[in-house]
Amino acid sequence: MKVILEQDKCVASGQCVMAAMDVFDQRDEDGIAVLLTDEVADDQVEAVRHAAAVCPALAIRLAD
Amino acid sequence: MTDPPITADRPDTFPMDRRTSGCPFDPPPAARALQEDGPVHRVRLADGREPWLVTRYDEGKQVLSSLSVSADAANPGYPSASASGGGGGLSFILMDDPEHARLRRMVTAPFAIKRIEALRPVVQRITDDLIDQLLAGPNPVDLVEAFALPLPSLVICALLGVPYEDHDRFQAHSKTIIRRTTTDDERQEAFRELGAYLASLLRRKTAEPGDDLLTDIAGRVTAGDLTEGEAVQMGILLLIAGHETTANMIALGTLALLEHPDERDRLLDDPEPALVASAVEELLRYLTITHDGRKRVAAEDLDVAGTTIRAGDGVIVATDLANRDPDVYPDPDRLDLTRNPRNHVAFGFGVHQCLGQPLARVELQVVYPTLFRRIPTLARAVALDEIPFKHDGAVYGVYELPVTWCPVDHHTTTSASSTTGGNES
Repeated sequence: MKVILEQDKCVASGQCVMAAMDVFDQRDEDGIAVLLTDEVADDQVEAVRHAAAVCPALAIRLAD
Repeated sequence: MTDPPITADRPDTFPMDRRTSGCPFDPPPAARALQEDGPVHRVRLADGREPWLVTRYDEGKQVLSSLSVSADAANPGYPSASASGGGGGLSFILMDDPEHARLRRMVTAPFAIKRIEALRPVVQRITDDLIDQLLAGPNPVDLVEAFALPLPSLVICALLGVPYEDHDRFQAHSKTIIRRTTTDDERQEAFRELGAYLASLLRRKTAEPGDDLLTDIAGRVTAGDLTEGEAVQMGILLLIAGHETTANMIALGTLALLEHPDERDRLLDDPEPALVASAVEELLRYLTITHDGRKRVAAEDLDVAGTTIRAGDGVIVATDLANRDPDVYPDPDRLDLTRNPRNHVAFGFGVHQCLGQPLARVELQVVYPTLFRRIPTLARAVALDEIPFKHDGAVYGVYELPVTWCPVDHHTTTSASSTTGGNES
């Protein structure tokens, strides 16, 4: 499973970091989300799905 | 009730009256009836305008995240229920992208999860200091005045980098701005003085940088990204946006826990961080203090659950109703601290979702357990129906919360700080 993050949509709410800290982090300069990996381990899929659901900017998608 | 019968072509008035509900924490019964009836309704504001009210969770999130809606309060269709008393410092809250994104991104860095997490010991110290003062003072006391209001103000001072010797001055201005008996003139004057103070502090931060938000903002001014006026407006926005909202959650949340002793007891014995986090999310959901809804105006036609909202129409998303949507939260009127409703919309949704939410979470995660651990006998000092609720406020809460406690039963500072050491996550 791959995760796709559209950084120009991101509003730095940090919801994805709260949901899946092993997959998402935030840039030091403006808090915009960054991916720590774009390949999601099986045990992280649910957390990343949750991150996508709570992202207020709809900037996160999962793809096969 | 002596109201005339409501006919189909006359929409219900908004906001509705919560006082007809038996429970001061529940949304108005008339609003619940609309929610049951359907997700989208016309409502009538005091000024005669008739925007749409969105009452359910899915549709609410759809509207708030739609690129077809605008948050521009200058748009004639914007469904403001009252004239703005905000002092003109609202900065990017009422702007659209790309300008909104440009300004917002200048202040997002300090609210990153890890940086806010690093503030947790500071929040804990401020909380413990205020409880020390509370216990040393009169009993009963108004928890709003003695605890709920100063706490977020002191945390914002720490975040912004307001020097300790200026805290009293800063607190005095923010108190004047929030107090309900303040006249418009006094409020404008307090905004002006706070603005002048922040401008002088920004110049000091340019000369002597610190590790704080005002230093970041001062750097943006030096780099030419922001004017000094914009920088001052941002400082004021961060103060007013984070002060009364957090204070209301502290006081109203404390009251809700006092009214639900079984739930409160879950927080007493050194609760797991995961339970504390869940408790805070549940209190945010259950109380949803932004009870006037989130206001928008359609920039182009959009379809919401089969209803066409036309360009120029005002839209209000009732997030308090969305957070009680039974399709999303079974038994929605029950306060259940183990529910962990992480998808609630108490901070809004879409690009304007609350910037300060990580800070609010850390404050509330520290405050509730610390308060009840250090003062386990904390109780209301008056009957529930004597507590003045903010029915007329833009943000719901209580104006006063008289509390009392059993003086021999409270924990000393020393034992409390040794307990808290192990509690941080």
